[in-house]
Parts: sequence; C-alpha cells; structure tokens
Amino acid sequence: MAGASKEIKGKISSIKNTQKITKAMEMVAAAKMRRAQARMEATRPYVDKLKRVIGHVASAHPEYKHPYTQASEQKKIGLLVISSDRGLCGGLNNNLFRRCIRQIKDWQEAGAQVKLGLVGRKAENFFKHVGGDVVSSVVDLGDTPHLDDLIGSIRVMFDMLDAGELDALYIASNEFVNTMTQQPTISQLVPIQSEEVTDKKPVYWDYIYEPDAKTALELLMRRYIEGLVFGAVVENAACEQSARMIAMKNATDNAGKIIKELQLAYNKARQAAITQEISEIVSGAAAIEG
Amino acid sequence: MAATIKVDIVSAEQPLFSGKANEVFALAAEGEVGILPHHTQFLSTLKPGLVRIVSGDEEEHFFVAGGILEVQPDVVTILADAAVRAEDLDEAKALQAKQRAEEAMQKAQSEVDFAKAQSELAEAVAQLAAIAKLRERLSKQGLSH
Repeated sequence: MAGASKEIKGKISSIKNTQKITKAMEMVAAAKMRRAQARMEATRPYVDKLKRVIGHVASAHPEYKHPYTQASEQKKIGLLVISSDRGLCGGLNNNLFRRCIRQIKDWQEAGAQVKLGLVGRKAENFFKHVGGDVVSSVVDLGDTPHLDDLIGSIRVMFDMLDAGELDALYIASNEFVNTMTQQPTISQLVPIQSEEVTDKKPVYWDYIYEPDAKTALELLMRRYIEGLVFGAVVENAACEQSARMIAMKNATDNAGKIIKELQLAYNKARQAAITQEISEIVSGAAAIEG
Repeated sequence: MAATIKVDIVSAEQPLFSGKANEVFALAAEGEVGILPHHTQFLSTLKPGLVRIVSGDEEEHFFVAGGILEVQPDVVTILADAAVRAEDLDEAKALQAKQRAEEAMQKAQSEVDFAKAQSELAEAVAQLAAIAKLRERLSKQGLSH
C-alpha cells in the first residue's frame, strides 16, 4: 500500500509542475494579448485610409488602369499563409492549415497552379511535411511583427505577379472575432476588389499625378496590399495570444481537476494503510494477551 | 478662421495625425506642394521629408520616410511608409525570403532544442486533456467512485 501512495504522490507533484508552467504561460499570453490587440487597432486606420483612396481611384477615370485591378482568369494562384512561430495555441494553426488544404484542393481541381508564401515557423513545418510549391518564407517575426520583416515575402509575390507567373493573390490568416473565437479565413488580395465610391453627382474627374499616373498608382496598389498583409499578420498575432491563453487556461483547469482526484485517491490509500496497520497491531496484541 | 481641410496622416503601424488644417505642405514627387482647402484631386508619391500642417498660428511637423499623398477637395490623406524603403533594399529582402523557403524545404531538422522542449510540454498538456476527458466519460457512465 505504501508503494501505491508514493507513486500517486510522485504523479501529483509532476502534474503540479506542469500546472505551474501552463498557469504562467496563460498569464503571459493574457498580457501579450492586450498589447497585440492594441497593435491591431493601431494598424486599422492605415488600411481604412488606403481603402478610401482606392475607392476614390476606382470612381475616378484614371488614364492608366493598374493590372492589379483588372480581373483575369485565375490559373496561377499565389497564397500567403500566415501562421505563428510557436505552438501551444490550441487548434489555431491546424484549423487554418486544414482550411488552406481544402482551398488548394479546390483550386487544383479547377486546374489552377498554387504557389505558397509562408509566414511563421508553423506554416513552414506543416508544408514541409505535406509538400507544396513554396516560393517564399519568413519566420521569427516575434510578438510584435514589423512591416519591415514582411516586405521580402510580399515582394516575391509582386515580382511573380509582374512577370505573369501569377494572376491572383490570396491570403490565409486567422480573423480575430473575439478573445474566445478565431476564424480561419482566406481572402483575395489581387485582383483588388474595391468598392466604388458612388458620388451623387457623376462628375468626370481624374487626378493630377506626380510624377506620373503609372508610378503613383503602382505605389498605391503595392502599399495597399502590403497594408492588408501586415494587418493580417498583426491580427494573427493577436489571435495566437488569445488562443494560447484559452488553451493554457484549459490545461491549467484540467491539471487542477486531476490533482484533486489524485489527492483523493492518495488520501484513501493512506487511510487504508493506517487502518490496516492498526488492525495488525490490535490483532497482534490480542494474540499475545490471549 | 480661414477655410479648413481635413488631414489624416497614417502609417502602417500607427495613426500619426488626424484633424483640421488651413494648409498642408508636403514633399511631393516633383517638389514641395502646399495644399489649401478645395484643392483639385491630386495623387503623388512622397519623398522623404517634412510634412507641415498649418492651422491658425500653429504648425505641426511630421517626418515621413516616403509614402503617398492623396488630395480630395475636402480631405488630404498622407500614407506614410513605416520603414525606410528603397528598391534594392526590398529586392534584397525578397531574395532572403526566397532562400529561406528553399533551405527550409530541404533542411530536415533544425532548432531542435526549443522544439523538443515545447513538444514535451505539449504532450503533457495533451495528456492532461485526455485524462480529464476520460474521467468525465467514466463519471457519466457512473463507473467512477
């Protein structure tokens, strides 16, 4: 009996250790999540303003139509997959990858080629296993991703779009619904879908461009795509922290429950051992007296 | 007070300014421009330099590393670059991202220590979840104590 209770005690202390780690990770994730959410809010105005400008451009009558705004047959598709560098954040990455695989299959059945641009170590590991035509990869963005780190990956896609090796660009990332829910989504970046700002008075107008329409519009479109990608990465970082917080909270709760039950089992075993010892002593004493 | 125009300055990482002004100066592609309210539509790239916002007697200054200037009669939008950008710099980063992709797809194992420690913890967490679920099921069936 003493052996069993010792074993239970060992188990309890090991689970307690795990619980300490998960509890600490939960608290760290909670603090990081608040910061990530603030960053997410801070990036929104840029994309909103860009959307406004793109809307203006769409309602103007530019002398030059940028290729990114022209719808074309989608036979060569680029997909940017945004993941986290670290795990232990529940099903966050796996749900996204499953969504990607489904989408890629659909595209391939429709006869399209898919090229992948990866962000985050998890995506890299995943596509290393399942395979895929990976054209770019960046990892180690940290908890506060900067646009600087993403430029390379986006640039690869731009170059391929310009060279005609791609005719559409999509992005797969998690959408931050709230702290409890993250929604894996795939959205189209190129061709750019802009809502035309329909003015009441249909006046024919165009911009004055500097240095010229092509250069100005080109930069505008590129910044817009970059802004969208960066926004998605920052949002995904917020998702990662909240998913980790929830996952670690669950783990901590589970550990607590199990410790409680093991403690009960341990107490029972100890009680049984004491009872047995007493009855042995009593019966021993009775035998001597008798 | 003279007529005003709405001004928004934003960069990818944070909004910098939002408010009304009498006049805005910025360094457009072909030289400094001063924008007054009711300016015609204007779209330009920005050179690195100061953006000055004049409202009344006050003047505010922002440094932008580049970006885009859009003018509508009632609103000026300045989309500032968050980082210093140059064609060859971008090119170098693109090359890096490409190489990383090629190496990563070939390399079998890397960064083992961290991954190992993490997967051990992940296993412990998964175990806890599994045990908790099992207990729940047992207690539902009335088999547990």
